[in-house]
Amino acid sequence: MNNDQDRNQAELLLDEYRELGLAELCRACHLSADEVHILVEEGIIEPLGGEPARWRFKAVCIGRVRRARRLERDLGVNLAGVALALDLLDEVERLRARVRRMEKS
Amino acid sequence: MEFRDYYQILGVERSATQDDIKRAYRKLARKYHPDVSGEAEAEERFKEVNEAYEVLKDPEKRVAYDQLGSNWQQGQDFRPPPDWDQGFEFRGGGYTGGDPGSFSDFFESLFGRSGFSQPFSDGRREQFHAHGNDTHARVSIDVADAYHGAKRQITLKHSELGGDGRPVVRERTLNVTIPKGITEGQQIRLAGQGQPGIGQGRAGDLYLEVHFSDDRRYQVEGKTVYLTLPVAPWEAALGASVRVPTPAGVVALKVPADTKTGSKLRLKGRGIPAREPGDLMVVIQIVQPPARTEAEKAAYEALARAFDFDPRQGMGAE
Repeated sequence: MNNDQDRNQAELLLDEYRELGLAELCRACHLSADEVHILVEEGIIEPLGGEPARWRFKAVCIGRVRRARRLERDLGVNLAGVALALDLLDEVERLRARVRRMEKS
Repeated sequence: MEFRDYYQILGVERSATQDDIKRAYRKLARKYHPDVSGEAEAEERFKEVNEAYEVLKDPEKRVAYDQLGSNWQQGQDFRPPPDWDQGFEFRGGGYTGGDPGSFSDFFESLFGRSGFSQPFSDGRREQFHAHGNDTHARVSIDVADAYHGAKRQITLKHSELGGDGRPVVRERTLNVTIPKGITEGQQIRLAGQGQPGIGQGRAGDLYLEVHFSDDRRYQVEGKTVYLTLPVAPWEAALGASVRVPTPAGVVALKVPADTKTGSKLRLKGRGIPAREPGDLMVVIQIVQPPARTEAEKAAYEALARAFDFDPRQGMGAE
């Protein structure tokens, strides 16, 4: 377990073609289904598919959920605040990327 | 190991109230939180701040820490005095918040012992089965890796209980295949590479979040790749066929006549590969050569005579 390993392990790319079910998202993010419901209600993540039983999530939701949890834990913001922070951070990241591009030219 | 002055790290007096400490922590956490901050070394600073708060927010730990005395300096060589913590009981365990793996040896030597509680470490362990936890890590790749795919060796640190019942940090190295077509923020799942299961429970999975390392030439947004391409003034004015380096090799690009600096030319499908591949956006940057020789100066002078051109027209300085 703790030695160098060089074995072929099963690998799976979670990308735009691969979506997660509710149970899978819960396990990947260490959340209960109720906690995922709350994140959906707050608009932090958006499921595809209508009713909860048919929910599918894009794999990038994992990163978003984990960021949300860190912000909630470390900064003491409530979920509405987290949702706002995440949206603003996305905007900041887009603008920073644009600045980086323009500084190169 | 080095002494850590938790009061100095949070920027508060040793006499600070618990409210002062919380306020100072919140302020620094917002400033250095790795998910928020654009500051260099934010992550390191955030870990320090978190560790300091972990100790000072807890009156029991704070009192124990204060017993060490106020003569220690940040960074000074430190050994915990024998039985320094006698009479203290850390009811919350060593770690109550934050990410335990990120705490320093200093913290570990003082408060680490009661942490890392392992469920059912006694005889009942055999009857208990549970999935290991899924774990997460970040991996940085080059833009070219997203075009071709790549093999990466990543080293992960994790802690487990050693033979004497104390936590030890172990390293393991994994060889990971980065698939072609990956984009910023994507997840790669390695089944069975998370935390070991308990009993017959299967091991958790390891999720790797992919990020592009900063690249001198290429910037990536989603599946679109940007490249700034220098062109000579005459190429931009008259049009030219130029060779453009892309992560997938050199391609020919027709620069139309009268191309302005900052114009974007699209190389369709030359961005990050996918079922619907991204585009490569070539951002034109006109670069003029310096006039050094007599002939070069004459050429610029001929330009000045040939054009009735005022680049400052409309600025009110005519």
